[in-house]
Amino acid sequence: MGYRGREGYWAWVLHRISGLGVLIFLVLHILDTALVGLGPELYDHAIETLYRNPVARVGEVLLVAALLYHATNGLRITALDFWEEADRLQQRLWYVSWGLFALTFVPAAVVMLRPLFG
Amino acid sequence: MSAPARVHIGASIRGRGFELWSWYFFRWSGLLLVFLALGHVLIMHVLNSVDAINYAFVADRWRSIGWRIYDWLLLGLALTHGMNGLRVIVDDYVHGRRWRWVCLSSAWLLYCVLMLVGTLTILTFPHVSAN
Repeated sequence: MGYRGREGYWAWVLHRISGLGVLIFLVLHILDTALVGLGPELYDHAIETLYRNPVARVGEVLLVAALLYHATNGLRITALDFWEEADRLQQRLWYVSWGLFALTFVPAAVVMLRPLFG
Repeated sequence: MSAPARVHIGASIRGRGFELWSWYFFRWSGLLLVFLALGHVLIMHVLNSVDAINYAFVADRWRSIGWRIYDWLLLGLALTHGMNGLRVIVDDYVHGRRWRWVCLSSAWLLYCVLMLVGTLTILTFPHVSAN
């Protein structure tokens, strides 16, 4: 795959890492959700141990960051692929995608981390 | 279906057939997932939290056929998009013939098993009537 410029290269590296991270969580999440079929005690116990601890809370915020980056960068790539004008606006699109990321991630992170700080 | 007139950075279509299909699938499923996956995260992790999610929460949600369809679409699109991404990564980094075969078949097997497990989970969960 050919990429022009340093920014494009790092965007691509981050796209792979974030995608792989989300996929690893997805595998775990399909399996933990399957436990719902084995009854309330087992499922509630699994959710408690797997997700209700500080490490998982931080992981959850990282997951949201990875997902939002993958989404905003994916939209940027799709715009470059399908929208003729995008070529000319490449630099601006780069800022727009990071702007979208910040606008969505910061409020989500604040809401999600609030319980940790009482 | 014809190839896009111009191939921009970020896109590389190696041949037609499957790779072209895969290229389109990444983009269309990605667009749908922006709504499905981000909607799911908003509901589960921002408006609710892992403190609220338990068996009763799932039972309440899956009383609605609409949410079961939503979750099944999310499962299918996200898993196919993600495993196709994994396939591209294996293509790029695993060069030995034997290892490629091992990686790609394991990925296929994992994909089929997870798709089956996820589908069965959504389909077979009992309908809990509201009291």
